[in-house]
Formats: sequence, C-alpha cells, structure tokens
Amino acid sequence: MIEYWKTNWPIMVVDLQQHATMVLASLGIALVIAGVIIILLMHRKNWLNGLVYFFSLLYSVPSFAFFTLLLPVSGLGMRTAIIVLTLYCEYVLLRTFITGIREVDPSLVEVAKGMGMTAQQVFFRVQLPLATPAIFSGLQVALASTMGIATIAATINAGGLGQLLFEGLQSQQVVPILWGTLLTVILTLVCAGILKLIEWLLIHRWQSVVNQRKEKRA
Amino acid sequence: MTEPVIQFKNVQKRFGKNIIIPDLSFTINRGEFVTILGSSGSGKTTTLKMVNGLWKPDAGEILINGQKISSLDLVKLRRHMGYVVQQIGLFPHMTIAENIAVVPKMLRWDQEKIEQRVEKLLDLVQLDPQKYAKRYPNQLSGGQQQRIGVARALAVNPPFVLFDEPFGALDALTRIELQKEIKRIHESLADKTFMFVTHDINEALFLGQRVMVMHEGQIEQFATPEEIVTYPATSFVRELLGTVQQNQSLWGNYHD
Repeated sequence: MIEYWKTNWPIMVVDLQQHATMVLASLGIALVIAGVIIILLMHRKNWLNGLVYFFSLLYSVPSFAFFTLLLPVSGLGMRTAIIVLTLYCEYVLLRTFITGIREVDPSLVEVAKGMGMTAQQVFFRVQLPLATPAIFSGLQVALASTMGIATIAATINAGGLGQLLFEGLQSQQVVPILWGTLLTVILTLVCAGILKLIEWLLIHRWQSVVNQRKEKRA
Repeated sequence: MTEPVIQFKNVQKRFGKNIIIPDLSFTINRGEFVTILGSSGSGKTTTLKMVNGLWKPDAGEILINGQKISSLDLVKLRRHMGYVVQQIGLFPHMTIAENIAVVPKMLRWDQEKIEQRVEKLLDLVQLDPQKYAKRYPNQLSGGQQQRIGVARALAVNPPFVLFDEPFGALDALTRIELQKEIKRIHESLADKTFMFVTHDINEALFLGQRVMVMHEGQIEQFATPEEIVTYPATSFVRELLGTVQQNQSLWGNYHD
C-alpha cells in the first residue's frame, strides 16, 4: 500500500482533486437549481410533484448508461460527468427539501400569515429556517451517493478516484482498488463533516433547545 | 360612544358542500371585549378567521372600521390585528425577544424602539425581561409561552386582538391566572377591541363584556353575561347554563 502511494502520489492527489471538484460542483449546481425551482414553484403543487416525478425517472437510469448516452451530446470529460451527477443530486435535494418545507408545523405557517407576513416572508422567515435540518440531511444523502457514482465517471475520461479503481480492475491489482475506495471514503467523510459544521453554525442555538425539550418528554 | 368597528352582514361560509355558517350578522363596537362561546363545529373559529381574512366569506359582507374587508390590504390589516392561537405558535427558531419583535420589524421600527417595547410588554405579561428575553420558546412552560403569545399579539399596540381558544391547552390554574391577566390587560389598555373564542362557558362569561353564543353556525344569543344567565334566549343556551349548575350542585353536595 505505502509503496504504491510513494510512487503514485502525484497522480492520486490529482485524482482526488478531480473527484472533489466533480462532486462539489454537481452538488453546488443542484443546490442552486433546487433553490430556484422551490422559490418559483412552492405554491404550485402539481408542477412541483411533476418535476419530482421527472427527476425520479432520471434517477432510476443506471449511471453507466446515463454517462454513455450523454456522450454524443456533451462529449467525453468532466462536463458530462457533472451534468449527470447534478441530475442525480437534483432528485434527492428536491424531494427532501420539499418534504422538509411541507412538514413545518402548519399552525406556525398560519400564525405567521395571521400576523401579516407576506407569502415570501412566511417562506424565508419561518418555513426555510425550520426546514434547515431536513435540507441538510438531503445534502448529506446527495453528497454520499454522488461520491460513489462519481467513480463511474472515470469511464468517460472525467478523471477522479474511479481512475484508481479501473486501473486496479484492468491490471488485476488490489492495491489501487483499496486506495481508490479508501480515498473516496475519506473524501466523503471530510465533506460530510464540513456540511455538518455549516449546519451546526446555522441552527445550533435553537435546535439544541428543541432537542433537549424532546429528550425530556421522551 | 358605541362606534361599530367589526360588522358582519349576512355572511355565509362553506367548506365544499358543508355550510358551516349559513347567515351570520353581528356588530362589535370599539373597545369591547367580546367572547364567542360554542362547541367544536359551531363555526366560532371560522368566524374569527374571517375577521383577519384567513378565510374568505362565500357571501355577505364583513366591514372593519366601516370598510369592506375585500377592499383592504390583508397583509396591512393583519399587522394591526393581534392574533393569539391555541397552539401558541411561537417560532421555535427565534428567541422570546425576536418573537415579540416580528411585527415591529415588519413595520420597520428602529432597533432601540423595538427593544424598549419588548421590555415593556414582558413587564405587562409579568415575565422578567432580563431573564426571559434571550431564551427560546421551548425553554418556557406552556403558561409562560402563552403569555409571550399575548405579548407578541400586543407588540405594535394594535386596535384589535383576536384570541382563538388561547388557553384551551393549559391546566386549570394557569388558565384562571391568565384569564385574570387578560382581563386586566384589556382594562388597562383603553379602546382595544378584543374578540375571544372559547368553548369554556366559565371563561366566556368571566371575560366577555358581551358573550356571543354560537351553535351550528348561528348566533343563539349575543348579550351581556348577566343577561345570558338571567334570561337565556334559547333552549340551547339553557342547556349550556345547565352544565354549570350541574357542577354547582355537585359542589353543594360536598360542602353540606
């Protein structure tokens, strides 16, 4: 293992960077798209449900097939990979965001309205902050699944840690496969940790109070 | 000085095919404390929610300060109409001070004025500002939370305050304490019109200067508590009063 690292580390670092770029770019783009979709369509239930259904269909396309099918459209390389990964993320994010926002206590929404908040104010001051835990759990799921799927992107020359896996597969060596797996896991854990930290910074003040209360009741 | 501020004229409200309120007309004057008494399904909460426009009537007219509610800007109207609900509805992600400051902030008061107001209101509902302003709603008991609910509704000194069974979920002692307090608050603030929905007959008779008894979407009687007790208008009102007398005879037996 160590031997392999010593000779190949410059390439492995590049793979790691590519992998991180691919996943984080997809997640970021998916997040922005999800935000725009939800802000525009929150009050049009049918449109939203239709969109979620559409993305769930895309989500069920096997990743290898998806990458290959897009080749004639967007060519080899990271661009195609990011498009596919974004579409996969989109489904997870939309579904969890919408559920999270809809599950905010309806009596709070009504009180907010009754106090004279506009629909926008209700969304940004009440629904969105209270849906933060659900939003972050969606981000975590999207992150972890995208990390795994992104390894397949090595087959269309997008680089990333999948390179190590396929190298091991072709040359029938275990060590690169182990390294590929290990680095993917580490990268996922680090990114998940950062997400967790951001979430904590946003909501720890009130969330801890809510949780304490729940524990007391239980 | 009876100046009508809330008027219902032949108001009808349906939900789908169910007619909740067939034909409702009444007038509430400035500065009155009116309680609406009824069992669940009587249309009392629906009536209240039509006053701040959360529900729209299917027929008839509602006038606020003589103006048709359909011609008013509902957002603006609600900001000047305090609203207290049974679920209390404090926002769990905001501190007590932030909860009270929601409407003042929307009306763009400056920070200093907001802070002074928060302090004054916490004093009014008898919670120490130093101790409670920075806490979160979940750190308070149910009774304390509803005190904040009342303080929040009074934040911008609105001419109207609507109460939707605010004390329904509280224990009997806390409820009585808050009833006394709400009565004191109404007396201390001149010219505030309170509309208070409840299913508790004792609460309705104790708080209301006039009590509106509702049953199946219609007014059975709308009169002062004394009148209702002395001259119940319908058999339904008599039956309601009977429940109180039943309790009294129970106490009588014990004390003999």
